[in-house]
Formats: sequence, structure tokens, C-alpha cells
Amino acid sequence: MADFLEIEDVSRHFRNIRAVDHVSLTVRKGEFYSLLGPSGCGKTTLLRMLAGFERPDTGRIRLDGRDITDLPPHKRTVNTIFQNYALLPHLTVRQNIAFGLQVQKKMPRKEIDEAVDRMLSLVQLESQADKKPGLLSGGQKQRVAVGRALILQPQVLLLDEPLAALDLKLRQKMLMELDLIHDQVGITFIYVTHDQGEAMSLSDRIAVMNNGRIEQVGKPAEIYEAPRSSFVAAFIGDTNFFEGQVLELVGDEYSRLNISGFADLVCFNDKKISAGNPVFLSIRPEKFHIGRNRPELSPKHNIVRGRVEDIIYLGGMTKYWVQAEGHKISITRQHSRFFLDEEPIRWNDDVWVWWHADDGFMLERYSEADENLVSLPPDASGTAETAQ
Amino acid sequence: MKRSRFPMAVTASVLVFFYLPIAVLVVNSFNASVYGGRWEGFSLRWYAKLAGQREILHALENTLLIAVSATLVSCALGTLAAFALHRYRSALQRWHFTLIYTPLVVPEILMGMSLLLTFVAAGVRLGLFTIFLAHVTFCISYVAMVVLARLQDFDFSVIEAAQDLGANAWVTARRVLAPMLAPGIASGALLALTLSIDDFVISFFVAGPGSTTLPIRIYSMIKFGSPAMLNALSTLLLVVTFTLVWTSQHLITKGEQAK
Ligand SMILES: Nc1ncnc2c1ncn2[C@@H]1O[C@H](COP(=O)(O)OP(=O)(O)O)[C@@H](O)[C@H]1O
Ligand SMILES: [Mg+2]
Repeated sequence: MADFLEIEDVSRHFRNIRAVDHVSLTVRKGEFYSLLGPSGCGKTTLLRMLAGFERPDTGRIRLDGRDITDLPPHKRTVNTIFQNYALLPHLTVRQNIAFGLQVQKKMPRKEIDEAVDRMLSLVQLESQADKKPGLLSGGQKQRVAVGRALILQPQVLLLDEPLAALDLKLRQKMLMELDLIHDQVGITFIYVTHDQGEAMSLSDRIAVMNNGRIEQVGKPAEIYEAPRSSFVAAFIGDTNFFEGQVLELVGDEYSRLNISGFADLVCFNDKKISAGNPVFLSIRPEKFHIGRNRPELSPKHNIVRGRVEDIIYLGGMTKYWVQAEGHKISITRQHSRFFLDEEPIRWNDDVWVWWHADDGFMLERYSEADENLVSLPPDASGTAETAQ
Repeated sequence: MKRSRFPMAVTASVLVFFYLPIAVLVVNSFNASVYGGRWEGFSLRWYAKLAGQREILHALENTLLIAVSATLVSCALGTLAAFALHRYRSALQRWHFTLIYTPLVVPEILMGMSLLLTFVAAGVRLGLFTIFLAHVTFCISYVAMVVLARLQDFDFSVIEAAQDLGANAWVTARRVLAPMLAPGIASGALLALTLSIDDFVISFFVAGPGSTTLPIRIYSMIKFGSPAMLNALSTLLLVVTFTLVWTSQHLITKGEQAK
């Protein structure tokens, strides 16, 4: 399908801050597209340029073949769900939803009334229609914001962290509703979030942003399974990083790595990093196997010896931290037959940890900004959030 | 436990102290007696007589003319000042705020005197126009403060939301800004109106021949006119003032509930 929304080399600076730094993206028609990144990485600024509230310093934005870069917000066929909803407090729910059609004078009053009624039922607010926004709950406000934007049948709907203000349970409910609405209306959604779970569960594609730049674009599974940078690997889910060097290429697809303390490891190398280069080996906690006895393994497996330092039982799974040759490895295992395991693993047990060569991935260069994430993968995004 | 009667007694005394003189005034305005003091039966004669006084009607005319025009001008300027104070924060704005705030605390007699000296020095002829200018100077401050208080919790993202939904600048101003700020501006306006109608000290300084306002007229009536007629006039003034203040309060609370 042809590209519907094209963002070409767009930048926006605030004094010396590069909020958005030469970003190019293309979004397809009807796609649920997420911009995912930590707070302050420029997601809102990029979205505001799509809506027309900010002018890019460089670059062009095209929608359906038409250049909209210089169009003011009220002339764009793009609508926004604001982070705080920004409902008009002096109007009722019904009037809020009718507002766009009224000011654009697109249709006679009777048709507006009918359209509003249909929208009220789509967002399930018929019973609240005559209330002012001040009397609504968070979830209801959110639905007004969605209805108010959708009634205009925008070509693109922009959503700026629409669930951030809701509590966890409501968030999950609204998540499913948004998904359903997207399926029903077939409008292109651009969804901004710093929550990887939201992005993963809703999106057709995700663009991961960091420091005003796009790190990687891909389907949720691609981003999780084959991150292109150590930032993406650390930001999306948990991972273990091991610093090392490529020793030699093995066949077309594999490399032998030297990682301090471990014997030679073999790893899938789709990026064709040549021998001698420094790399990070990244392995997700759930890709490891752990056991007290050394199993029979194919040559495509790696195995290391370590000692269990910590165990957290989480019901559905257990987290282990294993100290192995100076590396602290985080491992999660699902267990279907926990109590049937003859001998559960305990603290200070000596264990074997093994994984298949295809389950690790190598990341070549890393920037200084990523370095912080490397030492603290799971928490780095959390601390960035509190700063805002 | 037996509750102390003391707080109740204090409250009652304070209320009596404040409102007894007013009550006496109002009651006396319906007293047929010329000098008050003794009740000689209900009568509306002082009100009837009031209506025949050309000078009083003229003073009333002056007062209303000044009050309405000063209110309109100070509303426009005060709202803009409040907007600027709210929207832009800088060192200059702190000075701006102080400038706006000062007239609320400066003694009236000082303001009256300084305005008089200014007008004289500038060679402006004293009259209705100078009173109007003087009233605008202090009314701006009150309007600005009332509107500013309303703006504190004004969410400017609704303006962007309106634009996003297709409203241009004019439609946004008319359909979003105006209705949302109307209660604030209106209560500021009523306050300005009340202050202007009531003002004596400042008006007294900057008034000229033929520009006597109602409060100034009342003052001279204490010396020459009949005190009974004064009671009637004051009662009328009281009713007007109370209505305005009450409406203004009502608008403020209503505005707060709407959020
Ligand atoms: N109007 C502005 N003026 C100055 N700096 C801004 C402005 N808007 C955003 N920024 C800065 O740009 C960067 C990106 O902000 P933003 O787009 O809001 O990030 P995100 O939505 O990803 O949290 C931040 O460092 C922020 O402080
Ligand atoms: Mg944001």
C-alpha cells in the first residue's frame, strides 16, 4: 500500500535542545502506528508538528500526497486526543462532540445531531450526554475526547499518551476499547506512548525514538526480537548485555565471540560484523535455560557455569540472578510443573546456564547516551520519566 | 458538655456594631419625622421629594455616566493586563504585577492628591473627564485581579483543542475564550461599577465645577439639605450596591462550580 503520511527529514529545535532531530517516517493508510520512547525524547513535539501546533525548522510533512507543512491546525484533516483531554469545560458532552462539526459548518444541524447521536453510542456515552466534563470520570472524559475527534472523520488521529492519566485497570479497559475503535473506523492512528506494553499490544508498527531521533521502525515482534541498537534492546523489555569482541565468522550466519570469563560463544550474526570489532551480546532473560545438570547440547548452543545469587518467585514465573565468571545474568523461567520438578533450584546452587546461538543478538556501536542504559537496563526508562 | 456562649455573643455584637447604623438609616428613611429620633409613622415622602431634586438627579447622571464608561474601559484594559500577566512570566512582569497591585493598597487620599497634582501640572481641566480617568486607574487593578484569579486555573490547551477541531482564531475567541472568561470579566465589571459609584475621596479631589457626583452631593447635603432625604438617598444607594456585589459574588461562585 502507498505511503499515506510522509514525514521527511523533520527537525524542531528549542534554543539548544534538539527536540526532534531529522526524523523521516512513513505511515500507511489505516495503520496503527506508535511512537515509543522515554519522556523528553521528542514524541509530543513530533505529534504537535503533525497537528500543526509547531512548525518544523526543517523538512516537509505530506498527507495523502498533499504538503501540509505550512497549514494551520484548523485547516488540517488531522485531529488530536490531548494528553489531558482538553475538553471544553463550558459545554456539555454532546456539545463537545458536536463542536467540530458546528464550527466547520460541514452539514445542516439535523445531520449534525444525528452524527452526534451515533458517536455518543460508539463511545458509549448516551447516558452522560448532557453532563459537563467536570462531572465525568477519567475514562469518560477520554471517550469524549475520542468521540469529539472521530466525528470529524480525520484522515489521521493523533493520540498523545491518552492512557497516562488513567489508573492501571481502566487503562487496560481503554486499551481494548481503542483497539476496537481503530478496527471499526479504519482511520490511521498515530499513538504516542512511553509504555512499551501499550505500544506492543496495539501497534501494527512501532517507531522507537530516543533523543529526538528514530532508533528503529518495525513490527512489535521485530523490535523485540531483533533490536537494531542497544538502546532499543534495553528500552523494550529486559535484557542482559555482555561486552566482547568478534573473533571470527563461522559460516554465513554465525560468529564466534570472545567475552571475558566465558569460553568462546557462538552467536547469530545477521549484521555481518567483522572480526576484531567490539560488540554487545544481548540476551533476553527468558531465552536462557537453567539447570543443575549439564544437558546434551548441539554445537549451536552456548553453556556457562554459575552460582544462583537470588531468586524471586512470581507465580507464573521465577526470576533468577546467576553469577557467572564476573557476569550477573538475569534469567526468567516459566514453569508449568513447578512442584513436580524433582529438585527446585535454590540459592547458592551451582547451575548450568545455556542458550541457543539464535537467541542472542549482537549490537555493534553504542552511543554515550546508551551507555547509561547498558549499566542499568530495566530502570533507566523509569528514572527518565520521573524527571518530567 | 455545655458550649460556651462567648463566641456567639461576640459574633452578635460585631454584627450589631456593623449593621445597626445601616438598619437605623434604612428605617429612618421611611420615617415621617423630619429629624428622625422618634417614629412618626411610615411614609415615602422623602423618596417622593428626592425625585424632585434636580441637583441630585444631575449628580446621579454624572455618577452613572462615569461609572459605566470607567467600567467599560477598565474591563478591556484590566482583562488584557491579566492575560499578559498570566501568559508571560519575566522580571518585567513582576514589575507589571506590582504596578497593577499598588492601587489596591495605596490610601485613597494619596491617590486623589497625586492625581490632582498630575492633572493640574498637565493642565487638564478638572471635570467629568478627570474623574473618569481617576476611576479607570483604580478600577483596572480590581478587574485585573479578579480576571487573573480566574485565569490561574484556565487550561490553555483548550484553545489548541478548539483549533484542532477546526475553529479559526475568531471562532476560538468567541466560542471558547469568551464564554470561559465571561464570569470572571463580568464579576470584575460589577466590582468596578460598585467602586466607581461609591467613590468619594478620589472623586472629591479631581472633581471640577459642574461635575458633582452623587457621593459628593450627599456630602454637601449633610451640611445643607434635610437629613431625612439623605437617608432615603443612602438607602437607594445601598440597594444598588448590594445588588451589584451580590451578583458579582454569585457569578464568581457559579464560575467555580462550572469547572
Ligand atoms: N515549547 C518548548 N520550549 C522549550 N523546550 C521544549 C518545548 N517543548 C518541548 N521542549 C523540549 O523538547 C524535548 C522533547 O519534548 P517532548 O516532545 O515533550 O518529549 P516527549 O513527549 O517525548 O516527552 C524536551 O527536552 C522538552 O523539554
Ligand atoms: Mg509528551
